[in-house]
Parts: sequence; C-alpha cells; structure tokens
Amino acid sequence: MEQSTSELCSGISSYAMLEKVLEQIPYAKLLGVQVREQDEQPLFYLPYAEKNIGNILLPAIHGGVIGGFLENAAVLHLMWARESAGIPRIVDFSIDYLRSARALDLYGRCDIVRQGKRVANVLMTAWQDDPAKPVAMARAHFLLA
Amino acid sequence: MNSLWLPVANPDFFAQVGPWFMALPHCKKLGLELVAAEKGKVTIKLPFKPELIGNPETRVLHGGVVTSLIDTSSGVALYTLLHVPEAAATLDLRIDYLRPAKPDLPLYCTAECYRLTDSIAFTRATAYQDDPAKPVAHSVATFARTSPTDKSEA
Repeated sequence: MEQSTSELCSGISSYAMLEKVLEQIPYAKLLGVQVREQDEQPLFYLPYAEKNIGNILLPAIHGGVIGGFLENAAVLHLMWARESAGIPRIVDFSIDYLRSARALDLYGRCDIVRQGKRVANVLMTAWQDDPAKPVAMARAHFLLA
Repeated sequence: MNSLWLPVANPDFFAQVGPWFMALPHCKKLGLELVAAEKGKVTIKLPFKPELIGNPETRVLHGGVVTSLIDTSSGVALYTLLHVPEAAATLDLRIDYLRPAKPDLPLYCTAECYRLTDSIAFTRATAYQDDPAKPVAHSVATFARTSPTDKSEA
C-alpha cells in the first residue's frame, strides 16, 4: 500500500503507469476498466460484463456504470496529460445519455477543454461498435491537486 | 424537498418493481438496499465496501459509485408515481459533488420525482451519510418515458 500510494502521488508519464494506477483504484477494478494508447491519447475500455448490467430486459449497461467509467477516465486522462502529482477532485459531472449501451464492450476517450491553474474542464465520450454513434457524452470540472 | 407523506401510487406494483430494481446485476454488485418509498420519493442505501473506493490514499468513495446510486434512486423514484410497468431511460444527469463520501459509512440517497409529464420525468436527489444537512452530492436528472401508458401526473 505504501508503495502504491507513492506511485499514485508521483504522477503518470506512460501507458504502463496508467494501467498500474487503474489497478490501484478499487472501483475501476470492480467495473473492469482497461486502457491502451490510440492516436497518442489514452483509450479507455470496459469489456462487457454481466455485473455491469442495469436493465435486464434490453439488456443494457447501467447508466451509473457509464457515468462512473467516464468519470474515472477523465481523472486518469488529466493525470496522464499533466504528468503531475495528485488525484484531481471532481467538482461536478453532467452526462447526456444518447442511446442505450447494449451488452457490448464500451469505449471512452476524453478531451481537456480548458485547464486553468486550479480547475480543469473535461469532455468525455463513450461509444460501443461505432464511434460515430456515441452512447453518452459527459463533461466535468475538476479541482487540480 | 416536499415532506408531506403519501403512499406510493400503486403499492402492489411498487412492492414488485422496487425489489426488481435492487436485484439488477449492477445494483446487486453495489449492494443497494431500498430503505423507504412514498409517493414521488425513495431512499436507497449503499453500504460501504472497500471495493467501491476511488482514492486508495484517502479511501473516499469513487464518484462513479455516487453516480450509480443517484441514477438508480432517481429512476426508482419515478416508479412510485406509476400504476403499471413501463420503460424509462435516463436522458441526462447532473451531479454536484459537495464533499467527499467518508469511508466506512453507508451512503444514502433520497430522490424525488417532482414532475411527471406524459413523456418526461424530472427528478432531484441528495446523497448523504450521517448528517443529511451535510450532503455529499446534489443532483438533477430527466428521464424519457418510452412507453407511457400511465397518464398519472405529479
């Protein structure tokens, strides 16, 4: 725990480290979040798992899972982009659900819209088989550590 | 929030739909428990579990867990107003994180559906721990009623 904590504090400078940090976040592990590089940016993905279902009739992934997945992606994206210490603290989060997320893998990527000294504004997009048909878009403000 | 008590619109229907929501795979994974329901309002409990932590240094709950609790509670609140089953989809959800959720304590969410039209449900929710006057998060959301057969209004 001591070592993992200091790793988290020392910031993220590679994709391997991003993976390591993901492993240290219990809730990210619970969902099953993974990350890889695509177009010189982190691409987050969530392999389909029955435990993430929120509607058994459709079936569809729980809206809270999509929100949590994107929120987590934004935190890690900020840590990766800043290569600096500390976990950003979320201030607010706003998500639009555009279509239901089916029982498939989920992908997510983030864009930092504005980063000031203390606050960052991040835009997040989640999709499944077609990036042109996002299942959700979200934006959030973070207090930078 | 409006605090005058009324029973749910259809107690027999809600007695089925409430537990049905809590038994959904992700709700079960989180350990959600329905603790109170009345017309237009529900309270759901999220017991603390180490696997829900978002920051291993401080052990505070992950914001995503709060999102799941609020999304579920807000959705269930709408069903306290319905007489028959129908589908509803979250359109948008906005959450203000007012303070971190302390570790080792349950998190409660009281959600209210304060306006129900033929096609849309409007909800607001508060998540709190040991002191409702010091909420962890505030939220507003809208839901689309996808097969509105129930014309009841609120």
